[in-house]
Amino acid sequence: MKIEILGTGCAKCKKLYENAVDAVKQSGKEAEVVKVEDIRKIMAYGVMSTPALVVDGVVKTSGKLVSPQEIIGML
Amino acid sequence: MLKNFADYIVFNLFTLKPGSRLGEALDFFIYDTIKIFLLLTVIIYVVAIIRSKFPPEKTRKILSHEREYVGNVMAALLGIVTPFCSCSAVPLFIGFVESGVPLGVTFSFLISSPMVNEVALVLLWGLFGWKIALIYIGTGLLVAIISGIVIGKLRMEKYVEDYVWQMQVGNSEVADPSFRETLDYARDYTLGLLKKIWPYVLIGIGVGAFIHGYAPEEFLTKYAGRDNPFAVPLAVLIGVPLYSNAAGIIPIVQALMEKGMAVGTVLAFMMAVTALSLPEAVILKNVMKNRLLAVFFGTVAIAIVFVGYLFNAIL
Repeated sequence: MKIEILGTGCAKCKKLYENAVDAVKQSGKEAEVVKVEDIRKIMAYGVMSTPALVVDGVVKTSGKLVSPQEIIGML
Repeated sequence: MLKNFADYIVFNLFTLKPGSRLGEALDFFIYDTIKIFLLLTVIIYVVAIIRSKFPPEKTRKILSHEREYVGNVMAALLGIVTPFCSCSAVPLFIGFVESGVPLGVTFSFLISSPMVNEVALVLLWGLFGWKIALIYIGTGLLVAIISGIVIGKLRMEKYVEDYVWQMQVGNSEVADPSFRETLDYARDYTLGLLKKIWPYVLIGIGVGAFIHGYAPEEFLTKYAGRDNPFAVPLAVLIGVPLYSNAAGIIPIVQALMEKGMAVGTVLAFMMAVTALSLPEAVILKNVMKNRLLAVFFGTVAIAIVFVGYLFNAIL
């Protein structure tokens, strides 16, 4: 599984990244968490408000910070 | 009732004398702080529920079908309810122009969104009364609409950075949230925003309370009263590079107005601070060339100066 955190480096984006790493650890699933800061890649997902959370190429949330618990529910 | 509570704390518990400078400043500070935070909590929560129905993706879809004029009006109105943070200005700008939203219409949105928002509304309503709050919203929308139309007419498309036009924008559909998710979102949004702005509000109210208690009456009338024709442009010049949100600036300008600053000058200063800022310019520099950035700031600044003169003349 691949989790991508889209964002151009704002404070919320970093926090969301940490939450996603946490969520993976807690759920015990095999998943890779990566930060995507390139605006071209962000736009390719059609996301206009950052941070956004993408799981296996599907945009799950955009423009808000979600907790590790909420992220576990999306995996 | 809140006023009695503040009076009780200051004059009975702290046994300060009514009419003393420290007493009046502290009374003002406690009263304003409680009132503003109550209002902020309630209004932000309600607005967050409304906002969850207008994600930027939906706003973009609506606007991409609109031409100029109607589009500018719609964009300015949607700017009030679409959540926007300057850190997302770049993806938002690209998303808008790429999906065919006219450049001028995009600007109407970019101008209205930071300037006309629920925090400004609450503070203006709480500190100045609903009339000034409505005037601010009305003229803020007007500035956004007119500036957007002007920028659209100037045909500035070639001054958008070239890569913006070559970008491939995907289509993402995030499912509509359930009622439960909406309430959770509203709660998180309210707490998050309060957490972010409370120091500004406190500092703003503190500085305001200090001016209220210590600055002599009418001390600004000579410099910032309606008889000084330079007051409005000067207020805008000072306000543009300043970076603060409505939360920090409104309690201060309220105290300035009390000390004789004219209403139009106050409105112009507030708009300049919230609508334009240096950090925003740095972010937008990523998607536009200097010329467009200068036209953007110039047009909005002129529109704001005009609003200032207008209200100094009629109020």
